[in-house]
Amino acid sequence: MTALLEARGLVKRFGGVLALDGLDLTVTAGEIVGLIGPNGSGKTTFFNVATGIYAADAGGVIFDGADITTVSARAIYWAGISRTFQRSRLSLPLSIFDNIMIGNHKRLHQGLWFNLVRRDEFKREFEASYHVARALVEVFEPVLASRMFEPVAGLPMIDRRRIEICRALISEPKLLLLDEPSAGMTHDETAELMNDILLVRERNKDLAIIIVEHEMGVIERITNRCVVLNFGRKIAEGPYRDVAADAQVQEAYLGVA
Amino acid sequence: MTREPDKARAALWPGLIALTAAAGYLIALLAVEKQAFIIALLAVGIIVVIAAAWAGLLNGVSRAFSDHEDALGGFAILALFAVGAFFHEDHFVLLLVTTVLLYSVATLGLNIQFGYAGVLNFAGASFFGIGAYTSAVLNAHTALPHLVVLLIGGLLAALIGSLLLLPVLRTRGHYAAVVTIAFALLFKTFLEVNDVLGGPQGMQVPGMKFFGWSFNDNIEIGGISLSFYINYFAISLLLLIGAFVVVRRLERSWIGLNLDALRLDETAASCFGLDVVRWKITAFLIGNFLIGIAGAMFGMVGSFVAPNNYTFADSLILVSILLLGGIGNPWGLIVATFIVVVVPEKLQTIQEYRFLLYALLVIGVLLFRPEGLLPRPVRRYFPGWQP
Repeated sequence: MTALLEARGLVKRFGGVLALDGLDLTVTAGEIVGLIGPNGSGKTTFFNVATGIYAADAGGVIFDGADITTVSARAIYWAGISRTFQRSRLSLPLSIFDNIMIGNHKRLHQGLWFNLVRRDEFKREFEASYHVARALVEVFEPVLASRMFEPVAGLPMIDRRRIEICRALISEPKLLLLDEPSAGMTHDETAELMNDILLVRERNKDLAIIIVEHEMGVIERITNRCVVLNFGRKIAEGPYRDVAADAQVQEAYLGVA
Repeated sequence: MTREPDKARAALWPGLIALTAAAGYLIALLAVEKQAFIIALLAVGIIVVIAAAWAGLLNGVSRAFSDHEDALGGFAILALFAVGAFFHEDHFVLLLVTTVLLYSVATLGLNIQFGYAGVLNFAGASFFGIGAYTSAVLNAHTALPHLVVLLIGGLLAALIGSLLLLPVLRTRGHYAAVVTIAFALLFKTFLEVNDVLGGPQGMQVPGMKFFGWSFNDNIEIGGISLSFYINYFAISLLLLIGAFVVVRRLERSWIGLNLDALRLDETAASCFGLDVVRWKITAFLIGNFLIGIAGAMFGMVGSFVAPNNYTFADSLILVSILLLGGIGNPWGLIVATFIVVVVPEKLQTIQEYRFLLYALLVIGVLLFRPEGLLPRPVRRYFPGWQP
């Protein structure tokens, strides 16, 4: 099977700090890869480089057969990668529907004429989008689906995470990057959220996911394969059980015994 | 406040009552001359509004507006016409109300820039002035139809505004604001030293003509004489309706959503494919276009333009209207424009202290009601739409 995403020798420096030090990482379609490692090991930096927020200092990223190393964040979304953020980055004053529609950008007509003058056509697109968004939200939380036009500001963290994931999924990306989806949630809430994500993936078997996560129960349960980072380098790769037993990994997490 | 999707539509009548009361109050305020009465009226107005808010009566009004906006908008137009009809002979009042209408158009433009796209523009009065000077020059020296002149005024404001695009796009927040302040100061100086444009004395603007019908003649219909300002009042009202519809449709479209998204979080917006530069430019140009059209009309209404009318201080007034009315809410902006333009004009006693009044108003609003008098509600693409 050919790789969907292939990063080769990625390097990213912040001043004297090597956040990514020649990272190689491959993901195939339909795979769920866990990206783990101690704090500051370069997980989020990898996401930011892969989605074009940071430019890599060396190395390259191939996605779906095209080189996206120097491509802007905007174009990477169009190519089919979407993500969530470690700290929730929803637009709080906007409604649930609005936030999800931000993720639906590539499916919505953006012309001035369409938006301002062709209000009948706009209304049809709006209604169709509403039903798609509502159906997606219903998978996660039926209660939220009846509150689509309320601002997200008043919602608890788990609902905000759900909406963030809906925002990332609505455009049907090929690759979803989840940056610590369990941050700020209880153990049970995390389990619930993961079940929902797996449910969505049941419907779209080709969706590949890279998940950064500190809760190892989650990693063990949902990933096919794990990549362990330390100081920007890959120190282990394989199924969770093998990786967890790896001496280098234990050293990175626990220090030398 | 939880809104169940299958809940029945809100009642219309609270909105109708509020608009009728507002129109009646406005007529009273404009008609009264004695300073003591005006102060008493203003005090009564403030107390009534606060009491109504305290008693929860205003919730019904805001629900009525969110569910029946088209009907209430039509009624608001009728109410404004009633105000115009009541003062059909009064030059001063009609000029004052026309000024409010045109300032409202300008603040609606500013609202697209600042309220939606988050691009601060402290040169609003300069772009307003570009429109006014356009009509001064073109009306005096060319035979262009005056409606075309209005359009050119808007286009020129947008075009000259695009000079600012590069610095505004390359800087953010306060720094972008400083760029526009510099433009406002330069613009006034440019007018003052430019003899072709009349220098510090300014220049006359020939009045509007519309297919041979001069707007500067009083009208006689069946023994009733109307002030010629009624012409300007009517066309300014049309402009305001047009600007209102544009702003409303813009907000209630994917473009309005794009602008909100990039204002609230540029990085997240670009991670979802949004072209930040394109939409900032779009918002800035459309905003300036509206400001320029309003300015071009204002030049013809006032029949005179001078650099002192388009200073940085005037730009600040436009921004303070935005803060006062509720950033992003067109209804709030119109209400705030009435307050900011009419109150100092009627309260002759505070004329010289008007800037003090503006400052106190803005500080008060920012302290006690940071989202403005009428905060912007959550976007509803089609008022009254139910899934």
